[in-house]
Amino acid sequence: MNDSSFILKNVIHVDGTRVELEVRQGRVTRIANELAAELPVIEGKNYLLLPGLVDLHTHLREPGRESSETVLSGSQAAVKGGFTAISAMANTSPVADTAGVVEQVARLGREAGLCDVFPIGAVTVGLQGDRLAELSAMAHSAARVRIFSDDGHCVSDPLLMRRALEYVKSFGGIIAQHAEEPKLTVDAQMHEGSVSSRLGLKGWPAVAEEAIIARDILMAHYVGSRLHICHLTTKGGVELVRWAKSQGIAVSAEVTPHHLLLTDESVVSYDPVYKVNPPLRTQSDVLALREALADGTIDIVATDHAPHPSEAKDCEWSAAAFGMLGLETALSVVVETMIDTGLMNWQTLVNRMSTKPASIGGYLDHGSIAVGQAANFILVNPQERWTVDRSKLLSRSRNTPFHNLSLPATVMDTFFHGVHVLRAGELTGLKHE
Amino acid sequence: MRGSHLLSIADLSRLEVLEVLDTARELARITDGGIRKLPTLRGRTVVNLFFEDSTRTRLSFEAAAKRLSAEIINFSAKGSSVSKGESLKDTAQTLEAMGAELMIIRHSASGAALRLAESGWVKSHIVNAGDGMHEHPTQALLDAYSMREHFPEHDRDFSGLRVGIVGDILHSRVARSNVLLLTTLGAQVVLIAPPTLLPIAIDQWPVEVSYNLDSEIRSLDAIMMLRVQAERMKDAFFPSEREYARDYGLVGARLKELKESAIIMHPGPMNRGLEISAQSADCRQSVILEQVANGVLVRMAVLYLLMGGAPIPTGGMLI
Repeated sequence: MNDSSFILKNVIHVDGTRVELEVRQGRVTRIANELAAELPVIEGKNYLLLPGLVDLHTHLREPGRESSETVLSGSQAAVKGGFTAISAMANTSPVADTAGVVEQVARLGREAGLCDVFPIGAVTVGLQGDRLAELSAMAHSAARVRIFSDDGHCVSDPLLMRRALEYVKSFGGIIAQHAEEPKLTVDAQMHEGSVSSRLGLKGWPAVAEEAIIARDILMAHYVGSRLHICHLTTKGGVELVRWAKSQGIAVSAEVTPHHLLLTDESVVSYDPVYKVNPPLRTQSDVLALREALADGTIDIVATDHAPHPSEAKDCEWSAAAFGMLGLETALSVVVETMIDTGLMNWQTLVNRMSTKPASIGGYLDHGSIAVGQAANFILVNPQERWTVDRSKLLSRSRNTPFHNLSLPATVMDTFFHGVHVLRAGELTGLKHE
Repeated sequence: MRGSHLLSIADLSRLEVLEVLDTARELARITDGGIRKLPTLRGRTVVNLFFEDSTRTRLSFEAAAKRLSAEIINFSAKGSSVSKGESLKDTAQTLEAMGAELMIIRHSASGAALRLAESGWVKSHIVNAGDGMHEHPTQALLDAYSMREHFPEHDRDFSGLRVGIVGDILHSRVARSNVLLLTTLGAQVVLIAPPTLLPIAIDQWPVEVSYNLDSEIRSLDAIMMLRVQAERMKDAFFPSEREYARDYGLVGARLKELKESAIIMHPGPMNRGLEISAQSADCRQSVILEQVANGVLVRMAVLYLLMGGAPIPTGGMLI
């Protein structure tokens, strides 16, 4: 059964009011305090109703490394985590640097049918940083790519970055920069600071991130284009973005859940589950990131969900891969770090994890619950804590840094175009055709 | 020692350090008495797990194991399954399956020894013989042993001794272990290097820092010269070997500035003419060869204490 017409009763809007929703053919048709039951009823159990979460930074590993993650398994993890839209990063094999590859990823997403999968196109051919990929062809393909990124690599050549920023203006594109000056991070293993000095691990200095952020802010302003900063991690980076916004420069920025919670002190175990790029920073960076997300200097949360096979983490630190899982824990980590700390309320969380990322990505079916909108929303039990168990994740990989951690808030239900894809925390097997 | 591994000097208390040094001294007394080989670890198996070339450290551990009558298996990464892509985990498990009870690991990855000890891959005792830029605990122990022999008035307490460690602190596991050990024993440590070869946040270490060897050299009771790799020049850590030697080498007239009582140390292998002149290395104050001899004793003590060998026999009782 794939019934996308129903009445959702007894849910709590993030403003605290109780509402009921009518959904017909996958669209919200009525919102009221109380609705007559003309359609099948889904009981909302007084859970919180949120628009489906939107991730602008997801590594799905298909094509090329399907043993770590596929578009389907990533979609399942997304839905479990409350996402109705995710954005597949370009560093697959082959790289998503042509219309053919982005269309393949988009098609796999449609076939999975659990959430929208928006491909991100590479900025440069093969992520090599030498010459521009065919950005226009990807933008005008069936995948309609809007966000371009060499994530994993920085577009470090200033001239190439300038051209990319200019070029995407013709189709309203946006360059999402992985800000890392590569000359300052050769063989870097972790944040450069007192912990790296003690552990004898080669440092990844904050200035390597901040130098690129500063350069690209100035460049985006100069050429009048849109810049998005991926996974901002430093206090100094926050200050730069804050300044840019005060000047009216079109820059947006994201922060990952793990950078809101963890610090470089975790690395003293030398357990590579904490190895990530950009690296875990210091407590003062963490506090600055939280403050910036609360005040809107940082626009959105993005997961940087990065699945890796167990052998890539079951080894010595320097041999391990960079990256952490994020989709299934993102909401809970943000609740833990931002709501339970009193920095943010649920309305702001909705803005940072749904409305704003949907707006940056141009994902029109996402980010709000309104009459006429696609029925992409989730139900959350804010009272129910849960303990992360890596063996129970829907991702194909197990590299979560939050294993055995107790976290607040549980995603109960996910609706994608009205299809009840997750019910009481379990996949229903239904999909959107 | 409390633990079943030797991974970092940071894990050792002052009393545990003294226990190792006292045990090494006792072993020295016995072996000086003519007993070259003790039966204490007879039938036990030790593996030298060397993923990085280091002939002298490997030979030193090998000599230590043999003098305690242990079986020793030597594994070196070159030409092995590692060059065919075998992981640390698989290599270690394979060697344990062959009967290893204690693994002496040298690895280019910082933290490799700790990872081997705590990952659950193997049950063996682990001895860190140098992990990346992190630590080299037995080197620090043998350095302390050597200093103790030269400063008998500081036998159990290095307070009042001023030790200079000169050179590439940034990349040096020897420096990290020595800072921890010397400060544990109460010595005053001064790190002397160009700013490029000092780690970030060095101000949080319990040491003094100087960029100027000439202004420090007269105050030192021991000077430890670190090996400088010439290829550091290519990464712009210093402009030329000549300039490095001039500013930070124990070369030329600088040797005469040392106190009469001061000792010269070097963990080896030396770059004669770069961080140390031949004259300095071979002079009366140099204890570099004693360090090598003491290395075997200290490593015997570590193996003995970790593997819980039979009581050390008293002189003359055993062959």
